[in-house]
Amino acid sequence: MASLTDLSLKYRIFMRTYRYRQTDWSPGAVLRKPLARARVAVVTTAGYSLPEQSPFNDSIPGGDYSYRVIPDGSDLNSLRIGNRSDAFDSSGIEADKNLALPLDRLHDLARTRQIGSVAPRHFSFMGSITAPGRLVSRTAPEVAAMLREDEVDAVLLTPV
Amino acid sequence: MCHQSVGLIQGVIEKGGIPTVSITLLREVTERVAPPRALFVNRPLGFPLGEAHNAPLQEAIILAALEMLSIELRGPALREFPEFKRL
Repeated sequence: MASLTDLSLKYRIFMRTYRYRQTDWSPGAVLRKPLARARVAVVTTAGYSLPEQSPFNDSIPGGDYSYRVIPDGSDLNSLRIGNRSDAFDSSGIEADKNLALPLDRLHDLARTRQIGSVAPRHFSFMGSITAPGRLVSRTAPEVAAMLREDEVDAVLLTPV
Repeated sequence: MCHQSVGLIQGVIEKGGIPTVSITLLREVTERVAPPRALFVNRPLGFPLGEAHNAPLQEAIILAALEMLSIELRGPALREFPEFKRL
């Protein structure tokens, strides 16, 4: 059961008093084709990076707002986990990277024609960002542009 | 803060014209961040698709989330993954 009452006191106090930011996304988009023909991409905040990429930097004040491109077909077992927040139990994503970046699952769903195809690029952010200004103004728009370049129809996002 | 980051990135992608859906493990936070579509999975933080190495469960959660993409939004849409419903 994940609810605010399960978290340690320090996070509970923070989460109750923090002023959450919202983005204005209205009126919103809608998937106008069957899922069986849609190209799907994943964006996670598990802080995954590939061995050849620089790891996330958890000493940046306000949080590391950068992202890593995870090409489809990457070896999931080689991913490193940058999100070391003690607010969550990382044993699951250490054992199975699909738990947050389900590329093997998407390929299974494409094979059984439940989705159309898997996008060529997926994206990994670090979740622990308390000052999200540059995330919203800079890095998230860059990722949105790459998803449009890849003609992605649908995006699944996962926190940890 | 993962849930706020997810909601903000999601809003930017949705605004850019691609329909989005996120998993949430913290319903209260997602209600405050108000992203376009979210599926509440009643599992601990760190387990967005339910369980490690449980492919059928992971696929069921992914499909339940992706099915929300055909919702024409009038406001934020939040559903709960039925197998983990809170009693």
